[in-house]
Amino acid sequence: MSALDAITLSVIQAALQQTCDEMDLAFSRAAFSPVIAEANDRSDGIYSAVDGSLIAQGSQGLPVFVGVMQYSTKTIIEMIARGEVAAPEEGDVYIVNDPYLGGTHLMDVRFAMPVYRGGKIFCWLSNTGHWPDIGGSVPGGFSASATAVEQEGLRLPPVKLFKKRQLDPEIYAIIRSNIRIADQRIGDIRAQAAALYVGQERLFAILDRYGDDTVVAAIAELRRRAAEQMRANIALVPDGTYSARAYVDSDGVVDQPLTIALTVEKAGDTLTFDFSQSSPPCIGPMNSVLATTLSSVYLAMRHIFPDVPISAGAFEPLVVKRPEGTFLDARYPRPVSGCAAEVSQRIAEAVFAAMVQALPENVTAAPAGSSGNFALGGHDPARGRDFVMYQISGGGYGGGASGDGLTNGCSTIGISKSPPVEIMEQAYPVLYRHYALREGSGGAGKHRGGFGLAYEVELLRGEARASFVMDHGRFGPQGVLGGADGAVNEVTVFRSGVAHVPPHLSKEQDIPLKAGDRVRVGTPGGGGYGDPSERDPDLVRRDVAMGYYTPEQAEVLFGRSG
Amino acid sequence: MAENDRAVRNDIVAGVDVGGTFTDLILLDASEGGGVRLAKTPTTVDNQAFGVVAALEATGHPVADIDLIVHGTTTTTNAVLERRLARTGMVTTRGFRDVIELGRRTRPQAYGMTGSFTPVIPRNLRLEVGERVLASGEVHTPLDEGELRAALRTLLDQGCESLVIHFLHAYANPAHELRAVEIAREMWPNAYITAGHQLLSEAREFERGVTAAVNASVQPILERYVERLRAELQGRGYARDFLIMNGNGGMISARHVTRESAKTVMSGPASGVIAAAYTGRRAGFPDLVTYDMGGTSTDVALIRHAEPAVSNETEIEYAMPIHVPMVAVHTVGAGGGSIARVDASGLIQVGPESAGARPGPICYGRGGTEPTITDANLVLGRLSPRKLLAVDNPVTVEAVTKIFSEKIGARTGLDGVAAAGAVLRLGNIKMAGAIRMVSVSRGHDPRDFSLFAFGGAGPLHATSLARELGLPRVLVPARPGITNALGCVVADLRHDFVNTLNHPLATVDEAYLAEVLHRHRSAGLALIEQEAVRPQTVRYLHSADMQFVGQTHILNVPLVSPEVSRAELQRLFEEAYFARFKVSLPEIRANLVNLNTSVIGTRPPVDLSRLLDPAARAPTLAGALDERRPVWFAGVWHDTPIYRREKLPLGALIEGPAILEQMDATTVLEPGDRARSDTDGNIVIEVGPGEGATRNNFSIGGIA
Repeated sequence: MSALDAITLSVIQAALQQTCDEMDLAFSRAAFSPVIAEANDRSDGIYSAVDGSLIAQGSQGLPVFVGVMQYSTKTIIEMIARGEVAAPEEGDVYIVNDPYLGGTHLMDVRFAMPVYRGGKIFCWLSNTGHWPDIGGSVPGGFSASATAVEQEGLRLPPVKLFKKRQLDPEIYAIIRSNIRIADQRIGDIRAQAAALYVGQERLFAILDRYGDDTVVAAIAELRRRAAEQMRANIALVPDGTYSARAYVDSDGVVDQPLTIALTVEKAGDTLTFDFSQSSPPCIGPMNSVLATTLSSVYLAMRHIFPDVPISAGAFEPLVVKRPEGTFLDARYPRPVSGCAAEVSQRIAEAVFAAMVQALPENVTAAPAGSSGNFALGGHDPARGRDFVMYQISGGGYGGGASGDGLTNGCSTIGISKSPPVEIMEQAYPVLYRHYALREGSGGAGKHRGGFGLAYEVELLRGEARASFVMDHGRFGPQGVLGGADGAVNEVTVFRSGVAHVPPHLSKEQDIPLKAGDRVRVGTPGGGGYGDPSERDPDLVRRDVAMGYYTPEQAEVLFGRSG
Repeated sequence: MAENDRAVRNDIVAGVDVGGTFTDLILLDASEGGGVRLAKTPTTVDNQAFGVVAALEATGHPVADIDLIVHGTTTTTNAVLERRLARTGMVTTRGFRDVIELGRRTRPQAYGMTGSFTPVIPRNLRLEVGERVLASGEVHTPLDEGELRAALRTLLDQGCESLVIHFLHAYANPAHELRAVEIAREMWPNAYITAGHQLLSEAREFERGVTAAVNASVQPILERYVERLRAELQGRGYARDFLIMNGNGGMISARHVTRESAKTVMSGPASGVIAAAYTGRRAGFPDLVTYDMGGTSTDVALIRHAEPAVSNETEIEYAMPIHVPMVAVHTVGAGGGSIARVDASGLIQVGPESAGARPGPICYGRGGTEPTITDANLVLGRLSPRKLLAVDNPVTVEAVTKIFSEKIGARTGLDGVAAAGAVLRLGNIKMAGAIRMVSVSRGHDPRDFSLFAFGGAGPLHATSLARELGLPRVLVPARPGITNALGCVVADLRHDFVNTLNHPLATVDEAYLAEVLHRHRSAGLALIEQEAVRPQTVRYLHSADMQFVGQTHILNVPLVSPEVSRAELQRLFEEAYFARFKVSLPEIRANLVNLNTSVIGTRPPVDLSRLLDPAARAPTLAGALDERRPVWFAGVWHDTPIYRREKLPLGALIEGPAILEQMDATTVLEPGDRARSDTDGNIVIEVGPGEGATRNNFSIGGIA
């Protein structure tokens, strides 16, 4: 091994990071589905040949995938060793989406490819893409009321979709027959595999340049140093125990809240996350699998310390006790379709709420923290065809030490843009009555929360069914340090002019609509930060002048009428 | 028409570019015995016109005798970025006034739940009126004209100077917007009225609304600036019209420019790319990655076949899209001022923090204390401490080296010089990675490209970057520091047109397609005929934006003529798609999204060979030698010749290591690099294997 000096180490770190970034870019650029191409609901990384642990991950991957592919890769390696999965050959690509084998929900489909050097596996490259459909009872996969994973769609164990770089037509045929809008998936599949091949070429260039042994040594050293860096951050946290709770409105089937009870213990240079007092597994689809629970903690910590590179080393000082017997460690056949979109964000909220006590300068009050999935499926008589429309939406971010929260920010776990109203109206038989800043929704505080979104959609013709998988309908995003909670999520469906509020507030499936019926949604505002009476009076006056709050609201919330 | 004759002749042309720190000027006299004059004066921030006039006067050439002045300005860019905008009101469809504040539900960075955003027009100046058009263009709710008049009255009472009318689906049916503009014209005291569909007639209400809002709110600012400059020039006897650079890399008369003010945003970076394309074409290198490195950021663009890539989707900062055709310039957040540090894990990191212009690098002596890339260049002998520009209080090389030793070396076991070497190397690798992402990673083979290095710091790093990127060659123009001003001199007249079709290719009517492209041609020609200058020839670029059905992103496919068959389009698209993504998808049908035309009025060729005075050339290379000094390459000090750039003999061959110095730029040749100077005064460097030559060269060919 050549000398592993500080320069070489930094250089190899940058090169591995760029390899992952290029895989992300290649995947998005060539992908078909807007979910991947526009919303970047995908991620790419490099994983250890020994245990699948994360070596490097693209910086523009979807946050909820932070660290998650190391569990699926580990599972594949173990299953190969046990002979449960066919042994790999050069150019093979495995496909897997089984949530219980280190996954998220079924829509997140993972590819994994071994990279060979000198006839041996040097490492694995893996990526995840959110497919727009994976079969199951609901188009798009976001069921609000599934009670078993079989209802949620096609579940694939690790199988070789590409053999020596050739697509296996038989496995492809099985997939094709089980998903909706199947004819376009070939585009995503080729893009997803091509991204891995791009990564392999870049990786070979690095290995050729620096030598395999040097890179192996550098990877080990980088892992050690990432752990060191995370420990240095953890050292900022005063020793002690920090507890917080966050609530999922309901599981969609049983109308009672699910509790995430978190205790974080800081001792020495580790943080230990204990979720053991959380609610038991639930009947409906708001269970989380272990890999998603872990990844939610990691993504929350990365929001708090964005400088630490994403690698297994960075996670070492973060000890998450396996929350056995809770809905955060669901086993087969518990339904899990809500885990990546909603439960993960409540886990992150619990982490924020605990950590803000320890690090009030680094952490904000709770953000809206919902993907705001509203699906409308029906038949458009004017075009003579069926349609499925998704409206995702943002909400307010929490106030923080540096200022007010952002208005209409993206979900905590996402980085995707919402679609323009004009594009929605072109594609679907709907009319948006309004699409507006939700006044008064930001939680009051010295630094107030950002504002949520208010929109109303009318079905113009035909018939359709509306489904919602949202959250924060029961309790608003938490304010901190004396700040008030942000406004709760609100859904109202007007059927023949009669208002209907979903019994579970933020979740319901298949509400029948006919032409003229309307859906009105208000998304949560962010939590407030600090005592509202300490807010700069000029800012209160500005907020009133802008119509963000009425003078009466300002009087009540801030003790000033602006 | 003496005026026109003179304009046609255009013997004496001045290009003036206003940058953040300096206003650069190049004056070219194309007549017999004419020469080149250059000027660099401090930018006058509050009124850029003073700096422009100062630069003109610094040439010593009488302003009244100049035939044509072409001007690149940052007036509008700065106004937007600093939100120093005219008070502007907006009238929207009921229920949609918040569109430009809500954006597309994003956050500034992937990680970190913080950030802020200030809309171009504040909420209290955005009013709603009853009206609604459907996506089909059908009217759902008629325009409430009484309500509109009341809204306009309120905005006037609020002191609004500019106005935006932004209605949903106006791209499909602009009738309501047009009627509203008509009514507004009766009431509004000036012409600063922008309708949403006017600059961008495409779906996407946020992007269209912001583009219109930016246009309206910079209109009065640009107009006042143009008038001030016009008055200053007239006072000095220049009574003719002058031209202003647009972000699309074409010029437009100052009389017309304010109509579509938003198009002047990014005009500075665009003119640099135009100069690069022009220089590269003359030098025989039509495929370029341009690399303009400044103090805080670096601009990168791609040029194929001497045509800069143009994008309709520029975002000039977070949530600030301006969707008009502009030269696709990507800004990478790394520059000479990028700060190096050792992170908590003991690894050296360079950027993203920057020392900026204030305090700037340590060696500028303005109070900077953190080691930067520029400081590393100084420690390693690449920059001469005697020749640094803009130094307030000189700092010794020893003092800078000591800081590297303390802040970088102490925790990494390196001495000050080795630490500076590490910072430079890592800075180059990071910058190369960022450049790769926006250029060659997008489906191009790097071996086809040359790196065109300009700006003060570009040529310092160019050979290292080219090596990292797998680009075989570097082109450094004669005057790297005034490339943007040169762009003003060589730019053409240019008008761009886009028509959105969004139809499956199979249903596209070939005759209609040809008709659209021909309509673009005649509209462009008519606009060019209004200009004060006559083009030498007019040429047309056509292209189609295409995708497979079900995709959202598009691929631009150049067309050779307006008459193109569906089969031909299909073939061109499939070829382009395969070239880019290495994927062919015979199973899926193609969509024709947009038809694009650029109508380009070409200007007479400009002779670049006088950019460096031929009389200054030394007869031999030895005659150009200024000094020798030790310079650090790959861990070793090399005794390195330092040449005066302007003295290099024609066709000189130079073997690296060597450094070429000129007033505002330094070019570094590393060991193994070979350079020659060409007749235009460019330096063409064939990049050697460089540092670590025993290892395999880093080739990234064949990326899908």
